[in-house]
Amino acid sequence: MLADKDRIFTNIYGYHDWGLQGALKRGSWDGTKTILEAGRDWIIDQMKASGLRGRGGAGFPTGLKWSFMPKKSDGRPHYLVVNADESEPGTCKDREIMRHDPHHLVEGCLIAGFAMGAHAAYIYVRGEFITEREHLQAAVDQAYEARLIGKDNVHGWDFDIVVHHGAGAYICGEETALIESLEGKKGQPRLKPPFPANVGLYGCPTTVNNVESIAVAPTILRRGPAWFSSIGRPNNVGTKLFGISGHVNTPCVVEEAMGIPFKELIEKHGGGVRGGWDNLLAIIPGGASCPVIPAEDCAELIMDFDGCRAAKSTLGTAGVLVMDKNTDIIRAIARISYFFKHESCGQCTPCREGTGWMWRVMDRMAQGRAQKREIDLLLQVTTQVEGHTICALGDAAAWPIQGLIRHFRPEIEKRIDQYSANPHSDPVPVAAE
Amino acid sequence: MSVRRLAPQELQPESFAFTAENQAWAEKTIAKYPPGRQASAVIPLLMRAQEQAGGWLSEPAMRLVGDMLGMAPIRVYEVATFYTQFQLLPVGKRAHIQVCGTTPCMVRGAGDLINVCKRRIHEEPFHLSKSGDLSWEEVECAGTCVNAPMIQVWRDVYEDLTPEDLENILDAFERGETPKTGPQNGRRSSEPVTGLRVLTEASLYDGSMVGKGEGLAAALAAIAAAKAAAEAPAAEPAAAAAPPAPPKNDPAPAKPPVAEAVKAQGSADATGQAKPGADKPNGVKPS
Repeated sequence: MLADKDRIFTNIYGYHDWGLQGALKRGSWDGTKTILEAGRDWIIDQMKASGLRGRGGAGFPTGLKWSFMPKKSDGRPHYLVVNADESEPGTCKDREIMRHDPHHLVEGCLIAGFAMGAHAAYIYVRGEFITEREHLQAAVDQAYEARLIGKDNVHGWDFDIVVHHGAGAYICGEETALIESLEGKKGQPRLKPPFPANVGLYGCPTTVNNVESIAVAPTILRRGPAWFSSIGRPNNVGTKLFGISGHVNTPCVVEEAMGIPFKELIEKHGGGVRGGWDNLLAIIPGGASCPVIPAEDCAELIMDFDGCRAAKSTLGTAGVLVMDKNTDIIRAIARISYFFKHESCGQCTPCREGTGWMWRVMDRMAQGRAQKREIDLLLQVTTQVEGHTICALGDAAAWPIQGLIRHFRPEIEKRIDQYSANPHSDPVPVAAE
Repeated sequence: MSVRRLAPQELQPESFAFTAENQAWAEKTIAKYPPGRQASAVIPLLMRAQEQAGGWLSEPAMRLVGDMLGMAPIRVYEVATFYTQFQLLPVGKRAHIQVCGTTPCMVRGAGDLINVCKRRIHEEPFHLSKSGDLSWEEVECAGTCVNAPMIQVWRDVYEDLTPEDLENILDAFERGETPKTGPQNGRRSSEPVTGLRVLTEASLYDGSMVGKGEGLAAALAAIAAAKAAAEAPAAEPAAAAAPPAPPKNDPAPAKPPVAEAVKAQGSADATGQAKPGADKPNGVKPS
């Protein structure tokens, strides 16, 4: 188990003062000026050396992402945008950072902004997070007050932070949709290229980072990349906030070392699977878009990027959903299909039409009211949605269904057999929405 | 996508105006964004208008916000119908119950909460209860999955619910009270309900963590190295241009960082690679 002294978010449960005084005592804003004085290139090199991979799901190396920003401004301002639109089902880690440890994020914004030549940061918080937004805004105000940020601050780099919010659209977690939303439009993703590093917010060079990626940066720089990269396995280093939800005895958020075995994570922090380890049916390791991993693959599962990939899934945001044997797995995945149908922005036809179609078929399969040949048809349709849309929401809608069919096809067939073994009247046809 | 339309004409009020307090807040909010980019404030302003109007957004309010921001009405309608937190029909006067029904809450019993709402408020979502005080809807993931199942009412969340808890909460709202917010099972936030298993070491909180970082020592060394290089004779321009030497404990040291960075920059500009690769292959929302 990770030692307490190696945890970055020391107030993640809100037992201590989340304001500036408490944060100072826990080590935030310690030596920030020294870090900035060491220079932009030094910061980016340290971040690259730390091996930090983006914590928002895709796992792109953070230092490398920062280095894509133009070295010299061509007259356009640079922007840092922080993605706090945390809406992936199963994920609730950024919420805890914003409401209980917001100064990590505020300080991270200054350092990251400096490293990419930005004088302004926009933090896009999802609309439902109201207390979280208010705590974050209060932390930003405290930082202005103490002249840690703002014009002519003690760090010598003019920096403004604007806390912005959305209004309930999952798609705004996609970086270009987020930028559109921040500009006051519908959150529909943009075609890439051009990439945000060249043409982003207001047409200016922009980098979009997850809350956790930005919030861990100050501590990494303070303690040194060697410390961070010594935790976990190569290419999967550092600490990570894990969320444990579903059928465990004590659901919680906890910061742990990357590469912690799944079983240890569940037993130590989640209090064990409800009804014992043998009662485990399947897990979704990192948010709704990750394919399910059945119980037999969970015993040896390592919770990091490569470990989850070996189990044909992804680490995503490390929000683990545990399902025990009482779960109707087909219904659970059908509900995820409904989620993606609800959240499709409607821009690309394969996703707009496909997510609704997939949900309707999944809904019938959860009842058993389907033909067995439709399982292959459904699988084929998922591959026609996947990869044929502007953003990854189409892929995200396809993968849970593919995972279900890969691991639980007999379950679907059994349901169909049960349904057809009993007499039913013909269903009333209902038009698609 | 879901079909969302503005409320029928007979439900729309004649007009809408911000209160003086909200007007001042709105002007301050608009000023946060760069000149000419005031449209960025559309979501915050619409949200404030919704709050002021008792929880739903009328067409006159959208028009007003459009006028304030120099946006055509249709652009504001687009935003209001796209984002599902904007309620386009009147909601319960005392509480609009938003039950999260997505899988993590579903497997923890959100269905039972929805049944309570159906029985106590109305069989259908978005319909007012008989008294007009309550209404409900099923929302998609509200982001408190380790505290499932949950509801959100106005600005507060009520977490770790049982159907009995929800009954009590509805009772309180019907009496015109605001029930206790947050987890209902006795825990404080997202720690295990049985008590803290981590973050128990006192030294984390007494200030002894301050000023100890090895990274800070490395930063000071880098600053000194850069200074020394800058003061070196002009005959060594290469040394002056080189970045500070990496610290001893750097696991990947001794690369020429400037050249590397320029190379990465060049390829990013030329082909714009790398980031699509980051988003597409594993496709998880970069949230």
